[in-house]
This record gives sequence, structure tokens and C-alpha cells, in this order.
Amino acid sequence: MNRQTQKRLLGIAALVVTAVIWQIVAEYVVGRSFILPSVTDVAGAFANLLESGTLLADIAVSLEHFGIGLLAAFFLGVPIGILMGWFRVADFLLDPIIEILRPIPPLAWIPFAIIWFGLTTQAAGFVIFAGAFFPILTATYSGFRDVPKVFVEAGKVLGCDTSFELIRHVALPAAIPAIASGIRIAMGVGWMCLVAAEMFGVSRYGLGYQLWHNYYLHQMPNVVVYMLILGFAGLIIDRIFRNYVDGQLLRWRAGEVA
Amino acid sequence: MSGVTIRDLSKAFPKEDGTATQALAGVNLEISDEEFICLVGPSGCGKTTLLRIIAGLETATTGDVTVDGRAVTGPDPKRGMVFQEYSLFPWRRVIDNVAFGLEMKGVAKEERRRTADYYLELVGLSQFRDAYPYELSGGMRQRVAIARALANDPDVLLMDEPFGALDAQTRNRMQKELLSLWEQTKKTIVFVTHSVDEAVYLSDRIVVLSPRPGSIREIIDIPWSRPRDRTSAEFAEVRRRVLRMIDETENAQ
Ligand SMILES: Nc1ncnc2c1ncn2[C@@H]1O[C@H](COP(=O)(O)OP(=O)(O)O)[C@@H](O)[C@H]1O
Ligand SMILES: [Mg+2]
Repeated sequence: MNRQTQKRLLGIAALVVTAVIWQIVAEYVVGRSFILPSVTDVAGAFANLLESGTLLADIAVSLEHFGIGLLAAFFLGVPIGILMGWFRVADFLLDPIIEILRPIPPLAWIPFAIIWFGLTTQAAGFVIFAGAFFPILTATYSGFRDVPKVFVEAGKVLGCDTSFELIRHVALPAAIPAIASGIRIAMGVGWMCLVAAEMFGVSRYGLGYQLWHNYYLHQMPNVVVYMLILGFAGLIIDRIFRNYVDGQLLRWRAGEVA
Repeated sequence: MSGVTIRDLSKAFPKEDGTATQALAGVNLEISDEEFICLVGPSGCGKTTLLRIIAGLETATTGDVTVDGRAVTGPDPKRGMVFQEYSLFPWRRVIDNVAFGLEMKGVAKEERRRTADYYLELVGLSQFRDAYPYELSGGMRQRVAIARALANDPDVLLMDEPFGALDAQTRNRMQKELLSLWEQTKKTIVFVTHSVDEAVYLSDRIVVLSPRPGSIREIIDIPWSRPRDRTSAEFAEVRRRVLRMIDETENAQ
């Protein structure tokens, strides 16, 4: 048996044991599905939810909130990060503002999200944006600060006359790996903000919304189902992004990635 | 005609405490067209600084540099540079690294690839045209860097210890190849090295700089034909003379 199969078998064994213990504790020790739903309760709830058919809509709506937040964070975070990373004056001007805003927890923006956008998709997107913006900004900024000087000078002697040309042809490609890892962190933070962003009924669907909704209905097995789906979906999004970045953008780094 | 004229050049780097590091003082040098010049001198004497000022990457504190009678005011593709560190863009394939300068000039893709292929051929790396820099050895990377500089068809090629990081064998081979490139392209070359052996092997004239603040201590003509025999008595004699000169100036400090 090689290492890989050994790892897999042990992992599965541990999962099974955990499920069995969970089942026993839920059924015979706790005994109340409201406090701790058992494995079979959850499996049944999952089957019901599949049949009743809102799962796809929930996932779609959550992805929409998530997508709005991340796109906004990307399209604001990258340019501002570039400005601050490349132009000292922009850095000096914006840095104090950023330093004041950054430590504010993203969820603290919820009241203003609702006041500014109402109970809309945009309000949820804004909360996710508040979480995703700073990781992208910071990664772009430091990616630009860390561009090796020799690349910039090579660009200059080879005919890049303007900052725009140097940014476009030298600094930005050099900073792509840093920006990509910033986006990855931003996606993680954004996904974590999702449950809170959907807490206020900005929509009738959404994984986060359903989690709260089922909680109010005291449908705790359904709550567990949505918790697990949120976890899985977050994992899958991260994997897809990582594979894409590793495969497409970073072919040239194959030698460096240890 | 692509001579380089350096007049009364000095360079001081201001320091935090208000004083300054005087890197160069009173450098005067006339480099003629198609000449191969080597700059040698103790480390820290300002060789890199002098080269960077010619490139336009650094500005002189006093004095000026003119190429072909035109004053140097900033970097320009007419003055190609090969850096001491590896400077290939790791995100571009070898061919697109070589074509970079032409791309900045706005040359169409087909044509710039053709030109880049020509220079890759010249440095003997055609079979690596689609590789990424990380797939190349150190010597190959510097050859690509030379091809990239040449593809812009510069008047002057500035090289800062380009073979400094290579092992002795690779280094000797690269020197031979560089001479053959120089003979084919007839560029003016200013080459910084701290290997006196390399300087005697390559150059028409060796410019020996004195320690900081760097100024020209002596210029040694080497009129021999190429390729040169490193083991000959006259080669050893010139090498010894230059080495002694550098030693003396270093000890005098
Ligand atoms: N950007 C810089 N800022 C401050 N001092 C510098 C800078 N570049 C070079 N120097 C100083 O100028 C002197 C000459 O440096 P350099 O030209 O690199 O010497 P060499 O290439 O001959 O070893 C050194 O004392 C070095 O510390
Ligand atoms: Mg140097």
C-alpha cells in the first residue's frame, strides 16, 4: 500500500468513526434533534431539500452576492493597489485613509450597507466587498512594491517610456502571482461574510439566508445541511481558482513554486 | 558613428546624514565607434555607476555624457544594457523576451518575431525560443539577455559583469561568442568586469579606475588581433601590469 492510498483510507476511516460517534451521541446521549441533529436526520433533510428544489436557486443567489462583492473588490482593489504601489504620492495620500478603514470588521458595514442599498442584492454584495477589498488591495500594493528593480530598469532601457507602459508590460505581469494570492485570500474572507450578508433578508434565496430561515423555523437538520454546503462550496471555489491560476497564469513560475 | 564622450563626470549619492558618497570624480573618456572597452577597478570604485550614467538610468552630478554628439538625458533603446543580475522577464517566453523592445517600438508581431528569431539564432538558442527563462541555465539566460539588447539594434551595448555569475568554462565560451557577435554586429561595447583576464582577452582598451571616488587611473591599449592566446607571454605580462595597478591603488587607500 503506498502513502497516498494509506492517507485516503485513514481519512475515510476517521470520517466514518466520527459519523458513528456523532450518530450515537445525537441519538442516545443528547436525544433531541433540535440541539444536535443526528447523521440520519441530516441525510434525510438533505434528501428532502434536494426534492423540494430550492438548493440550486440558493447556490445561484449566493454566488451572485459573492460575485458582485468580489468583482467590485477586484476592480477597485487592483487599480488602487497599483496607484499606491507605483506612485509615492498616491501612497502618501491614501495610506492613512486605508489604515483607518482596514481594521474595521467587514460585518460592521452591515448597517450602512442596508441604509445605502436597502434590502437588495447590492447590499449583500457590499458586505462581501468590504471583506474582500483589503486583501486584494494589500496584495496588489505589495506585489508592485516588490517588483525587482532590475525588471523595471530593463523595461526602461528596452523602450518603455511612460509609467503606463512600465506598469502594463513589466510591473503588472511581475505582480500577478501576488495579486492572485490576494484574490484567493479575498475569496475566503468574502465567503465567510456571506452568511452575515444574507442574514437580513436581502433575498428569498441564498445559502446564508436559508441557514437563518431554517433556524427561525427550528429546522436544525436543515441548518446543518446548509452549513455543510457552505463549507463544500467554499472549498470548491478555492480549488477551481487555484487550479486555474496554477495552470494558466503561472506556467512561467513552474520552476519557482517549490 | 556611435562614439561615446564622457566629460568631467562626477557622481555623488546623497546620504541620510546630509553627507554624500562620492562615487565618481572627474571622469573623462572618449570611446570611439565600434570600439570594445573594458572598465576594471577595485570593487566599489564606481564601474556600475559609470555604466548606469551612460545608460541614462542614473544622472551625473556634474559633467555629461554624449553619444554621437547627443547628450544622454534618460534611458533609450539606442543604448542597450545587459545587467549583472538575471533580468529576463520570467513571465515571457524566450522569443517574447527578445522581441520586447520591438514590441515597445510598435513593430508588428510577425516582423518582431522574425527579428527576434534572427538574434536568437545569432546567440545559438533557437531551439529554446518557446521556453520560459526558468528552464535555461545561467549562461543561456545571459545570451538571451544579449540577444534582447541587440534586437533593438542599439548604437552602444553596455554590459555590467554579465558573465560574473558563470562558471569558468561557460564564461570562456561566452567571451568567445561575444567577440564573434561583436565582429558581426559592429557595436560599440562598454564592458564592466572585475576579471582582468577577461578584460585582456576582450578589449581594444582597458580603462583602469582608481578606488572611490572613481576616476581614470590608466588606459591600456591592446592592439593584438583576436582570438587571443591566454597562455602567451605578452598576455600574462599585460594581465600582471593591470593587476598590479589595481593592487597598488587599493593599498594606497
Ligand atoms: N543608488 C546608490 N545609492 C547610494 N550609494 C550608491 C548607489 N549606487 C552605488 N553607490 C555607491 O557608489 C559606490 C560605487 O558603486 P558601484 O558603481 O556599484 O561600484 P562597482 O560597480 O565598481 O563595484 C559604492 O560606494 C556604492 O556604495
Ligand atoms: Mg558593480
